[in-house]
Amino acid sequence: MRIPRIVAVVAIAVLLPAVVLSGCAGAKDKTTLRVGLITPLTGDVKTFGESTKNGFLLAMEQAGVTLDKGGKIGNVPVKLFIQDDRNDVTEGVNVATKLINENKVQAIIGSVTSKVTIPITKVTNDAKVIQITSTATNPKVTVEDGKRKPYAFRACFIDPFQGTVGAKFALDNLHAKTAAILYDQSNDYTIGLSNYFKDAFEKGGGKVLKMAAYATNDTDFSAVLTDIAKLKPDILYLPDYYQKVSLIGKQARARGIKAIFMGGDGWDSSELDFKVMDGGYFTNHYSPDDPRPIVQDFIKAYKAKYNAVPDALATLAYDATNMLISAVKQTQSNDVEKLREALSTMTFHAVSGDIKNDADGNPIKAAAILQIKDGKQVFVASVNP
Amino acid sequence: MIEAINQILNGLQLGLVYALIALGYTMVYGIIRLINFAHGDVFMVGAFVAFLSTVDWHLPFWVAVPLSMLVCAVLGVTIERLAYRPLRYAARIAALISAIGVSLLIEYGGSLKFVFGPNYRVVPQPFSIVQWNFAGISVSNIQLIVLVTVVILLAGLQYLVTRTRIGKAMRAVSFDHDAARLMGINVDAIISYTFALGSALAAAGGVLYSTAYPQINPFMGIMPGLKAFTAAVLGGIGNIPGAMLGALIMGQVDVLSAAYISSQLRDAIAFTILILVLLVKPSGLLGKSGPEKV
Repeated sequence: MRIPRIVAVVAIAVLLPAVVLSGCAGAKDKTTLRVGLITPLTGDVKTFGESTKNGFLLAMEQAGVTLDKGGKIGNVPVKLFIQDDRNDVTEGVNVATKLINENKVQAIIGSVTSKVTIPITKVTNDAKVIQITSTATNPKVTVEDGKRKPYAFRACFIDPFQGTVGAKFALDNLHAKTAAILYDQSNDYTIGLSNYFKDAFEKGGGKVLKMAAYATNDTDFSAVLTDIAKLKPDILYLPDYYQKVSLIGKQARARGIKAIFMGGDGWDSSELDFKVMDGGYFTNHYSPDDPRPIVQDFIKAYKAKYNAVPDALATLAYDATNMLISAVKQTQSNDVEKLREALSTMTFHAVSGDIKNDADGNPIKAAAILQIKDGKQVFVASVNP
Repeated sequence: MIEAINQILNGLQLGLVYALIALGYTMVYGIIRLINFAHGDVFMVGAFVAFLSTVDWHLPFWVAVPLSMLVCAVLGVTIERLAYRPLRYAARIAALISAIGVSLLIEYGGSLKFVFGPNYRVVPQPFSIVQWNFAGISVSNIQLIVLVTVVILLAGLQYLVTRTRIGKAMRAVSFDHDAARLMGINVDAIISYTFALGSALAAAGGVLYSTAYPQINPFMGIMPGLKAFTAAVLGGIGNIPGAMLGALIMGQVDVLSAAYISSQLRDAIAFTILILVLLVKPSGLLGKSGPEKV
């Protein structure tokens, strides 16, 4: 079947302008604060993305701004844009560039994972766009090579704290003496957490028997797990995201590993394999069992709108968005420098704890330890810095 | 020592799944001298069809597997008819580029929301994991199922290729298209049949892979496809026993390098093998070296 050449030429002639025109931005005006949200709505951590979007929209709605119609915070008109980064580094940088160049945003809330957020901060800092990440915990988000990135902020604690909390809990509460660590070699989040856990665990007198890496797309962990099974560690530290951890956990149990699983905030998802990970502990940003009124009010509002209990992702997104909203209310402007100044100096009462930034722009906050038990997350302890 | 045996068993499981995919590569290359880059994605489609039939359409497992093999056989034949047959007598590179295009089409088309969706899906186990321990050597029932299934399929394929008329026709066509045509063989039909067979085996590989490593996503076929391709080249591309041998070796290399060298370098080592084979013995372990006499 020979397709006439003319048909191919016409097809290309029609598709090309359509692609070009689809990139056209709308009308621009000087006083509107344009806010973008970058979050992994699809991909391997899609529950993170959905929760983040929910938290973001709830905070904006409570301030009087909706996605379809925009709104006003004080005197400042606000418009919202949402983009999906698929938890992929290249996609994240692409959508950030798109938000900045086409939608002309002055502030971005996002992203969720450190591996995507860190490359995006390069783009936002070069373009002088404010970026507040809700949950990226790796220190490199705000400080890289010893230099503070002035436009990058976050609503969560950082991994040096998180890894240390995990290690201390393993040593003091679980009385563990040995541990093995498995991490993703191309993910700054897992690399950071593993290193901080290892340092704190060994400083506290424990011994890390094996620290092994895998590639992001690996699905077969039989080799390294057989190795670890032979060493019989008390703890197997798996600081990756929920779907990877579920896969590794399943294969670990199949190889006869009886260690207690431990991990970080990447575990916080309804799609974690609760059965396989039962008995495991993870460090997180908040617990829905926290009795403080600010937490319970937020949970009530979230339940009313989304019919679900918010996870830490939603809570931190709510907090990060409210940080921005608070800065806007304070400065009554969409000027990036004024907002940056306000964010650097504010003390903010967030749902996940009071946020006061240190010199590096990192909040000093408490962490919660949760356990996976009988199909749900159970609050175990709260650890202050 | 015991631990080494456990690692070898791990490598065997992986190698057997690679064997199913490698066979498709090698048969297609043997018959039309084309490296079918879309083959890894047929593997992915097989895994997804089996997943959807058990989870969404609630079919029993023993119906889901032949169904996915059938669907992939049809897919393979369709790809051949639409993307490769028009280019059969064009420059080899055209068909190669077409194969890459088909591969990308299946991957990104599959990741569209109304097809498979871009998210990872967790495959429910059709049966619970049972582990046996003999003097420190641990074997799971999944490993046994993979072993038995693949051995049956490989034996079946070997029988088909060496003892049946259609197998003889396949071998004739891979030798020389025109001579086969002169002998009354319908070359087009045999080529379609080869694609169907290779794709059905890839589908079986997909189902077994998703049983052992229960997470699937539209891009899952890339890495196993490349490793199986390396296995086929290692064994001698175009040579069926070569593909089986190459796949078993690749499985061992994959697992043993992760266990004893570094789990970070396992992919690098696997593909270094590809480069070394092409530099040292391009015809592979079981392939025939030397120029073709006319």
